Amino acid sequence: MIASDVTYIDAIREAQADLLREDERVFLYGQDIGKFGGAFKATKGLQEAYPDRVIDSPISEDAMVGMAIGAAIEGMRPIVEMQFADFSSVAFNQLVNHAGTHYYRTGVPIPITVRMPSGGTPGSGPFHSQSMEAIYAHYPGLVVVTPATVSDAYSMLKQSVELDDPVIFCEHKFLYRWLKSDSLEGDDLPIGKARIARHGKHATVVAYSAMVHEAVRAADILKEEGGWDVEVVDLRSVKPLDTDTVIASVARTGRLLALGEAFPWGGVTAEVISRVCTEAFHLLDAPPQRLNARDTPVPYHPNLWAAHRPTPESICASLRHLLTY
Amino acid sequence: MNGVWQGEAKINAEIPLLISQRLIKHCSVLPSPTLTDADLQTKDQLRTIYRAMLGGRLMEAKLSSLYKAGKIVGGVYLGTGQEAVSASLGCSLTMGRDVYSPLIRDQAGRTGFGEPFLDCARTYLGSAAGPMRGRDGNIHRGNPAEGYLAMISHLGTSVSAVAGVLLARRIKGELEGCVGATCIGDGGTSTGAFHEGLNLAAVEKLPLVVIIADNQFAYSTPSDRQFACRDLSARAEGYGVKGHEVDGTSLEDCARVIGGAVEAAREGGGPQLVVAKLLRLSGHGEHDDGSYVPQELRQSLLARDCVELGAEQLIAAGHATREEITQWSSELRDAVQEAVAIATQEAAPDARTEDWFALSTPSMREGDYES
Ligand SMILES: Cc1ncc(C[n+]2csc(CCOP(=O)(O)OP(=O)(O)O)c2C)c(N)n1
Ligand SMILES: [Mg+2]
Repeated sequence: MIASDVTYIDAIREAQADLLREDERVFLYGQDIGKFGGAFKATKGLQEAYPDRVIDSPISEDAMVGMAIGAAIEGMRPIVEMQFADFSSVAFNQLVNHAGTHYYRTGVPIPITVRMPSGGTPGSGPFHSQSMEAIYAHYPGLVVVTPATVSDAYSMLKQSVELDDPVIFCEHKFLYRWLKSDSLEGDDLPIGKARIARHGKHATVVAYSAMVHEAVRAADILKEEGGWDVEVVDLRSVKPLDTDTVIASVARTGRLLALGEAFPWGGVTAEVISRVCTEAFHLLDAPPQRLNARDTPVPYHPNLWAAHRPTPESICASLRHLLTY
Repeated sequence: MNGVWQGEAKINAEIPLLISQRLIKHCSVLPSPTLTDADLQTKDQLRTIYRAMLGGRLMEAKLSSLYKAGKIVGGVYLGTGQEAVSASLGCSLTMGRDVYSPLIRDQAGRTGFGEPFLDCARTYLGSAAGPMRGRDGNIHRGNPAEGYLAMISHLGTSVSAVAGVLLARRIKGELEGCVGATCIGDGGTSTGAFHEGLNLAAVEKLPLVVIIADNQFAYSTPSDRQFACRDLSARAEGYGVKGHEVDGTSLEDCARVIGGAVEAAREGGGPQLVVAKLLRLSGHGEHDDGSYVPQELRQSLLARDCVELGAEQLIAAGHATREEITQWSSELRDAVQEAVAIATQEAAPDARTEDWFALSTPSMREGDYES
């Protein structure tokens, strides 16, 4: 058996340690990220090693991002840690109206990376569970990435910081300690390329972030249950969205389920279906399906939480419907 | 001298000439020219600031007439009455070394900072050759690579951005001798962004100067619907920054207090908050007649026209003669005309050749999802 001892959060910490070591333009800014090491320990020990470049911020999400924008104009590569993605709503204006418009308006790009601890965990409730990717992807001028694996968390964070444009880095809190790997190294796919996380021929599930793992579980169940081979596409980044890989998969399977953990109105799943329908309607053998969280705030109690977001069971139900259409 | 409300006064462009003629009476005897080095420095400073004030006034007068002639798409926002404050800041900063994020009423400061009239004319007239290439307009312009930030509309957002440039310089070891500065109105101080930004700068003890032009109104909303503190300068202590108050109608006071605040920041004194008291001598924008401004205010000392008063101050102190001021006016008016003439001739942006890219990295661009 291979030792599985690198977690998703380790990957994020290691990527930041590498970036700080390799690139003097990189600095970290966020609440409690210094000596304390961050609410999730993503910056543990980093201030000790780089006292001038790991900086505790006041609880000022708007100013944190505004500051990062100014620093980026000055040639730095700031990484801003939101304590939770939910609080980025306070920085929304700086992100979409300042960072997102800057290159188009002035020709000067804004290379900031904003780390957003995203998605639900049981007991976290309405304000520590949100998935904000669709909100940011809606606006021009932002790249939005959603790594689902340990090696992607590592390589995509490094790639994000190397990009000259603003990146919203959605890291899933549920994966932080639960997801383990034997290595940080992976296939090093670039941002903008999706990956086939599980091969299949009967239906395609397009997912991203933690939902990739739920989709793979559902696919395993259906394999055992009825011999179905369900393909799972891991988008990896929702903007840019790798429409080609999605359509190539649908060409093989003829059936599409778009799966996400965010609220149901609009969003990434709607975008995926819209693109497949407009560009590859002829490839579909059944109406495409969507599965999202419910249209309520994310509930606190584990019983409610587990039923609010898609689960392997609800994914299986959607897939059965799709496969037998 | 009071009540120079734009709607009542002669067209702005005429003001310097009118004033200078009127001043002959008052200033026929000039003080004897035995000046110390400090006096000479003050003289140079005031002359420089005054020229930027005049430049701002004349550029804006031109913008106003272009607007009224229907030549400008979108709004025109003037800084009439705020030139002393604005230019005192702009002239205290050096492009390339300092960081400046002006706001809506800072034509004079932009001119003082070294922005050519052509950049202004091109942005208002939508020339593709302008710094914003028709992608953004009017006051939303700058040259970020030179530390001249291009404001977004959302009030308060510049404070943290300027702080960020300064923090970056500190990390790089290049902060020594630099100052960052931005301006805001009384209304803009009510935003969360303003508070967050100033607090952040205070925590980091950055050399940031924030000028509040307290012009009594935010669009139509008077200050008593905006804040309840005695005076905005009282907030400085709460933030842990140095506070200053200044009569925003007086060139001499603005030059001293704002120049002093910039020097204090440059010398390691941390963030400086300057509150300038004045009255907006125009509508919020050229679409607005400002009829909600009460008569008492228009006749109060706050309504003194800083361009008029500044000329008197210069002449009374022997820093400039009436002839010089007239000469500056006519030179600046020519420069404004020339800039506008050039920008008017230039091509507008072409939607067919526009690249439509909001991201700089080619592989990150998605296009319009059209099939
Ligand atoms: C966050 C935000 N809300 C609303 C506006 C619309 N707006 C533009 S200028 C203005 C009034 C600003 O007043 P003040 O800050 O006092 O500046 P002044 O216009 O008096 O110079 C308003 C409400 C804006 N630009 N930004
Ligand atoms: Mg105001």
